[in-house]
Amino acid sequence: MSLTELSASEALELFVKGEVTSAALTRACLDRIESHDEQVGAFLRVDAEAALARAADIDAQRLAGKPLGRLAGLPVAVKDVLCDRQTRTTCASRMLENFRPPYDSTVVANLKAAGAVLIGRTNMDEFAMGGSTENSAFQLTRNPWDLQRAPGGSSGGAAACVAARMAPLSIGTDTGGSIRQPAGLCGVVGLKPTYGRVSRFGLVAFASSLDQIGPLATNTKDVALLLEAIAGHDPRDATSLNVPVPNYSESIHRPLTGLRLGIVREHFGAGLNEEVEQAVRNALRVYESLGAEVKEISLPHSKYAVATYYVIAPSEASSNLARYDGVHYGHRADQAEVLAELAAEQEQLEATGDQRTLENLDTSLVRMYRRSRAEGFGPEVKRRIMLGAYALSAGYYDAYYLKALKVRRLIRQDFDAAFEQVDLVVGPVTSEPAFKLGEMTDDPLAMYLIDLYTVSANLAGIPGISLPCGFTQSGLPVGLQLQAPPLAEETLLRGAHMYEQATDWHTHKPPALL
Amino acid sequence: MPQPYTTIIGLEVHVQLATASKLFCRCSTQFGAAPNTQTCPVCIGLPGSLPVMNRRAFELSLQTAVALNCNIPEFTKWDRKQYFYPDLPKGYQISQFDLPMSADGYLEISDSEDRFETKQIRILRAHLEEDAGKSVHDEVAGKADSEIDLNRTGTPLLEIVSEPDMRSALEARTYLQELKLLLTYIGVSDCNMQEGSLRVDANVNLHLEKDNQRIATPIVEIKNMNSFRAVEHAIDYEVLRQYRVWQKTGNRLGDSPKQTRGWDDVAGKTLGQRSKEESSDYRYFPDPDLVPVITPAKRVEEVRASLGELPAVLRTRLTDEHSLSEYDADVLVNQGRPVLDFFLQVAESSSNYKGACNWVTQEVLRVLKEQEKTIDQLPLTAENLAGLMAAIETGILPKARGKDAFDLMQADGINATEAIHKLGIEQVDQSQLETLCQELLDANPQIVADLQEGRQQAVGALIGQAKKRNPNIDPGLFRKICLELVSRT
Repeated sequence: MSLTELSASEALELFVKGEVTSAALTRACLDRIESHDEQVGAFLRVDAEAALARAADIDAQRLAGKPLGRLAGLPVAVKDVLCDRQTRTTCASRMLENFRPPYDSTVVANLKAAGAVLIGRTNMDEFAMGGSTENSAFQLTRNPWDLQRAPGGSSGGAAACVAARMAPLSIGTDTGGSIRQPAGLCGVVGLKPTYGRVSRFGLVAFASSLDQIGPLATNTKDVALLLEAIAGHDPRDATSLNVPVPNYSESIHRPLTGLRLGIVREHFGAGLNEEVEQAVRNALRVYESLGAEVKEISLPHSKYAVATYYVIAPSEASSNLARYDGVHYGHRADQAEVLAELAAEQEQLEATGDQRTLENLDTSLVRMYRRSRAEGFGPEVKRRIMLGAYALSAGYYDAYYLKALKVRRLIRQDFDAAFEQVDLVVGPVTSEPAFKLGEMTDDPLAMYLIDLYTVSANLAGIPGISLPCGFTQSGLPVGLQLQAPPLAEETLLRGAHMYEQATDWHTHKPPALL
Repeated sequence: MPQPYTTIIGLEVHVQLATASKLFCRCSTQFGAAPNTQTCPVCIGLPGSLPVMNRRAFELSLQTAVALNCNIPEFTKWDRKQYFYPDLPKGYQISQFDLPMSADGYLEISDSEDRFETKQIRILRAHLEEDAGKSVHDEVAGKADSEIDLNRTGTPLLEIVSEPDMRSALEARTYLQELKLLLTYIGVSDCNMQEGSLRVDANVNLHLEKDNQRIATPIVEIKNMNSFRAVEHAIDYEVLRQYRVWQKTGNRLGDSPKQTRGWDDVAGKTLGQRSKEESSDYRYFPDPDLVPVITPAKRVEEVRASLGELPAVLRTRLTDEHSLSEYDADVLVNQGRPVLDFFLQVAESSSNYKGACNWVTQEVLRVLKEQEKTIDQLPLTAENLAGLMAAIETGILPKARGKDAFDLMQADGINATEAIHKLGIEQVDQSQLETLCQELLDANPQIVADLQEGRQQAVGALIGQAKKRNPNIDPGLFRKICLELVSRT
C-alpha cells in the first residue's frame, strides 16, 4: 500500500510508533504529484526540496524527543491565497503573479508552528471568484473522478489534491461555498468554520464579511485535526472570535444521542438532480437508523440568498481589489505603452481641433491604472468589480447594498429560528454532480446558481461541512451538507463522523488515478 | 459704510492625534523620519493585511468630542471612502460616514477687544479617520516623476467640521485659536501646523440682498493654508474676490459646481484648482474588516469628569472668583496650560491672584518672549516667584528692587532670599530712615519751603538723593517720613 493512502491521523500514529517517517510520507506525496498532477493540475507550485528538508527536520526533532506540534510531519497543501513569506501568493491572478508577501498569514504561521510540511500551493479561481477553478489565470484543474469535469471551486485545487491523494490535508477558503462545493464534487470532506473562528489575517480578501478559511481531508477526523491547528483568536483580525478552541479530534468520537436533523423544505424542489436527491435521502435514512430524528424545517428567505450574496460579495470585492492599481506592487502596465496611448490621442485631437476633449483627457496616471487592471484581472474578476462598484454607487446603494444587508439579517434569523428546533440542518451541497469543463463558462448566471445551497451559511456566518454520501451511476461523487449554529463545530463534526462511521463512501478513491 | 454682504464661513479642521502609533497598526507616527521607514503590511495595504483599531486614538477623539460639547452616540462604525490616488495604497481611506463618533457640539468664541460678540460656533460633527500618504512631485530637470512617502499613511486624524457660523475672517481665526487652545489643553494633539498636525480648509461664500431677495454666491473651498494668519488673509481675499465676481457675473449658488481654490501665501491670492466636471462618488460602505465601537453613556461621563477645567471655564473662574479683568484672564488662559498652571501655582501659594497676574503677564511673559523659551525652560519656579511677592509684601524687599531681584531669579533659578542677599539689600529701619531724611531736609531748605507751600512733587528730588546714599531705602516710606517731618516743623 502506498503511504499516500494513509489518512493524516493514521500517519501521525505511525510517526509516533516510528514505523513511518515524515520524509517517507512527504516523498510519497511528491511522487504522486509528480506522476499524477500533470493530469489533474491541482498544484500551481510545489517546492519538493523545501518540503523534504522540512520533513527531515521534523523527523530529526522527533527522533531527538523534542516536543512537536499536533500536525508534526504531515504534508499540507495550501490554497494560493494565503500569505506565506517563503513563497509567492498569486491568487491565481496575473495581477499577483510575482507577489511575494513579506509576512505569514496567521493560518500559515499556525501550520508551521504545528509542524506541518507545507507541500505546495493549490490552484483556485482567480481571487477565489468562481465555482469551477476555470477562472485561474494559470491552469485548469481537473476533477480526479472524471478528468473531463471540473473539480468545482474556488478551492478546486485544494479538493482535487486530496481526492487524488497527493496530500492528506489541505487548506481552502470559503466565501460562498468554495470549500464545501469542490469537496462535494471531488468526494472529500471540507469544512467552512463559523465566521471569526479562523483568523483571516494574511488571507488575500475577496469578500471580507464572508471569507473563512477551512480544512479539507479525506475524512472527518482529519478535518477536525486540521481545524484544531488553525482555529483560535487572533488579535490581528478584529473580526476574530475570542473563544477557546475545543478539542475537536477528541470529541469527534462521541456520537450524538437524540440528534435532531432539519431538512430544508425549500431545498428539495425543481432543479435538484434526482440522483443527488436520492443520495441525500439515503443519507437521512442512515441517520434515522442511528437514532436521529429528521424534521422538515423552513428557511423562508433562502430563495433570496444567491441574489443577496451576489450583491454583498461583489461590493466588498470591488473595494478589496481597489488596491491592485499597479502603483505599489503587482502588475503594472508598460509605461511606454501608456505614454504612447496618451500621445496618440492627443495628436488626433490636436488635428481635429477638439480642445475641450483634449483638456479633459485622462492623465497618464489614470491610464496606468486602467491598463494595469485591464491586463492584470481576468473577466470574472472584472465582472464582479463592476457589479460591486455599481451596487455601491450613489443612488443605487440603498436599493442594492443596503437591501442586501437587510435580507442577510433575515437569512440569519431563519437559521436562528431553525436551530431552536433542530441541532443540524442537512441537505445537498450542490444541485448537480461535477459538470464538464467549459460547460458553464459562457453562462455566469448558471455558475452563480451552483452556490444555491452553500451561500446561506456564509451570509449567516454559521459553520457547514460537506462529506461524501454516494455516487451517481456514472461514478461521480455526491456530497452531503450539514450546517450548525455559530461555533457549534463540535456538533457538526460529531454529527458528520457518526454518518461516516456507518458508511464507506469516504474510502472510495478515484478510479481514473489508481 | 456697512458691507453690502454677509460673509459665511465654515471650517473643516483635520487634527493629528497625539498617539505613539498609527490608527490601525503599530507603526510609529513620529514626524520627520526617512521616507517609507515607518510602514508595515497593514498601513501600506498589502494583500491579506487587516486593520485593528488603536484604542488610544479613539480615546483621544472621545476626549476632544466631549470637550467640544458634542453628543457621543453609543454606536459608531467605520466606513471605506473609495478613490484612486497613488498615496492611498488600499484604494480607500478608512473613515466614518453616516454614523460619526460625535456630532452636534459647539465651541464658544469671544474677543477681549469686543470686535465681535461672544458666540457659539456649532460643530456639525467630529469623526476619526486615517491619513493618506504624501505625494512629492519632482519635476526638476524635465523629469515628471512623483515620489510617494507612506510614513504618514494611517496616522489618526480627527476631522472637526463646523457649521457655517462664522461671519468674518477674524471670527474664523479666533475659532481656530480657541480650538487649538482647547486641543492642547487636553493634550490630544500638538496642533503643529508646520508638521501638518493641524490642517484647515475653509468654505466661504457671501449672502447678499438684491431686490429684496436673499442671494448666496457659490461656495468656494480654500485649501493650502499653512498658518492661522494665512487663513485670515485667505478668507479676506476670497470675500473681496467673490464680491467682485458676483458684481461681474451675478453667479449664484448652484449656478456652478463647488470650486476648490488654493491659497498662495507669497502672492497673497487664492488660485483656482483643476477640478473635474462630474462630482466624485466615494462609494462609502461599512468596512467589513472592523467592528463597530460601542461607547456607553457612563464612559462619556467618565471622560467628561477626567477632562479637568477647560479654557472657557478657567477664564470665568479667573474673572468671577478672583476678580481678574477679562483681558488678563484671556491673556493667561490663552498662553496654554503650562503657563496657566505656573500662574495658578504662584497665585495659590501667594493668595494674591492680581499680584501673580501682574508678575506673570508683565515680567514672566516678557522674559519668555525675549529669550524664546517655554515656561518649563525658565529657571524660575512658581514657588520662588511667590516667595518674591511675599518678600515685597512683608517689606523685606523694597518694592522698587523687586524687578532687580526677579531678573536675578529668572536667570539663575535662585530664590528670593538669595537674590536679596546677592543684591546687597539690607533692611533700612525706621530710625535710620528718619535720620537720613532729616539730614537731607536740613541740607535742602528750598525743598522744605516748597513742601511747606504744598508742592508735594518736590519730595521727588529728595528721594533721588536718598537712593544715592542708600539704595535699599523704600521710596514710599521715605516719602511718607519726609512729609511727616516737614509738617511737624
